[in-house]
Amino acid sequence: MSYIQARNLSVGYEGEAVGEQINFTVDPGDYLCIVGENGSGKSTLMKTILNLQKPLGGEIIIGDGLKKNEIGYLPQQTPVQKDFPASVEEIVLSGCQARCGLRPFYNKEDKALAQENMEKLGIDFLKKRCYRDLSGGQQQRVLLARALCATRKILLLDEPVSGLDPKVTAEMYELIRNLNKEGITIIMISHDISAALTYANRILHIGENIFFGTKEEYLNSNVGRAFVISHEKEGEDHVG
Amino acid sequence: MLDKLALYLSKPFVQNALIVGVLIALCASLLGVTLVLKRFSFIGDGLSHVAFGAMAVAMVIGLTNDMLLILPVTVVCAILLLRTGQNTKIKGDAAVAMISVGALAFGYLLMNIFPTSGNISGDVCSTLFGSTAILTLSKTEVWICIALSLLVVVFFIFFYNKIFAVTFDENFARAVGTRAGTYNFLIALVIAVIIVLAMKLVGSLLISALVIFPALSAMRLFRSFKKVTVFSGILSVVCSVAGILISILAETPVGSTIVAVDVVVFGICWLIGLITTGGNK
Ligand SMILES: Nc1ncnc2c1ncn2[C@@H]1O[C@H](COP(=O)(O)OP(=O)(O)OP(=O)(O)O)[C@@H](O)[C@H]1O
Ligand SMILES: [Mg+2]
Repeated sequence: MSYIQARNLSVGYEGEAVGEQINFTVDPGDYLCIVGENGSGKSTLMKTILNLQKPLGGEIIIGDGLKKNEIGYLPQQTPVQKDFPASVEEIVLSGCQARCGLRPFYNKEDKALAQENMEKLGIDFLKKRCYRDLSGGQQQRVLLARALCATRKILLLDEPVSGLDPKVTAEMYELIRNLNKEGITIIMISHDISAALTYANRILHIGENIFFGTKEEYLNSNVGRAFVISHEKEGEDHVG
Repeated sequence: MLDKLALYLSKPFVQNALIVGVLIALCASLLGVTLVLKRFSFIGDGLSHVAFGAMAVAMVIGLTNDMLLILPVTVVCAILLLRTGQNTKIKGDAAVAMISVGALAFGYLLMNIFPTSGNISGDVCSTLFGSTAILTLSKTEVWICIALSLLVVVFFIFFYNKIFAVTFDENFARAVGTRAGTYNFLIALVIAVIIVLAMKLVGSLLISALVIFPALSAMRLFRSFKKVTVFSGILSVVCSVAGILISILAETPVGSTIVAVDVVVFGICWLIGLITTGGNK
């Protein structure tokens, strides 16, 4: 059985579908990339998987011992946090909420877990610093550490590298690849098709045409070829 | 001068004022950090207008004890306003403005269509500055205030981590299984009760100040949620005590004196913040 299975899923807002007839499965150990144009409904799909909003149709089946609160999440960007006084440590620790349930305070294990994840992502030295004073790359690491406190099984990342410079982007991808190698299943939304093709083993393309399959199948499909070519052009335009 | 102070401090009404002032200041500032961060700084003002609208309705339908209508209506409005989390179309500040202006207009309209002999301007003034001035509190009021404040402080300590998680990033909290809806409702309920109570005792002008100033002052100086919360509590209590004592000695109005002290302290914190961060903030 799979961790997540979507059957004829429709997602959208207030009865208006953004994406329809979406079918895919996520198995333990997978690295799935969700690609598509701006506004094609990638974030919406992710929110639906996370149960932040209801599907308009179809269903999402969570299985294989995965519990609802074992999904870690890195949001696209959250405006509230701009002037929020919160230290790195407090934010990472708040990822342990999932394990707390109704328990009001964090225990030793929670604190150790937060510490471990901060060390793993190399932000240990920042732990007393305020979140809003950090660089974009550091902020993403903090949120990733928080997500890791919430899960050991599956991570959902919504454009984890947007706004980061190339060097930091490469580091971030490397980090995510290592997490995947450690056995954490990854679902990542990305604009960066070349990164998607480098790291992922499955691709879900949404938009007018929907495609789900392995990386090789994607490259041989019409949807895939068209999308890759249009993005290569874009890349050349940037360089030229 | 010290003699005068000692004389006053031995009087029960001054002691009551100090107890209630300190407790309300503490509760308001604890919740203030959350309110300011959720863009609800003006909720005290908004709710006082709602109370005014409800009072107009009570007057028109001839209710003798108008608190029976005002209290529930205000609490319901507060909950409706506050439980709308980060996913709503209308943001906090706009929602507060809408409800407050709407209620004010409706109240005034009603009073004009159904003129009663009531003293309108007096009533409006009392919803703004507190109907029972803080210096004329009864024993029961003091006890209610003590009980409710204790509840609020206990609630806040027990739910501190949840409040942080839900305020900082509601979507993440919900995604990992925190019952954000329930907590938002609880937070809203507690805030509503405190605001309505404080409005009755010290007036909405003061409650707005108590919500906003300590939180903003603390945010100038500290960079973690825990420190900001603790410091704004301390600051708020100190300012209120100072305000009450000054007002007794200088014979100035209590509410506005406390607000004035809060403003001065904010100015000091702002300056210190400016110096310590090298002015780059
Ligand atoms: N809260 C909302 N209410 C109504 N419609 C929305 C809402 N959020 C997004 N939409 C619409 O849903 C569509 C899909 O948005 P979504 O954010 O899922 O796109 P996306 O694929 O993540 O885009 P991007 O690559 O820019 O992040 C867009 O057309 C958008 O206008
Ligand atoms: Mg998106």
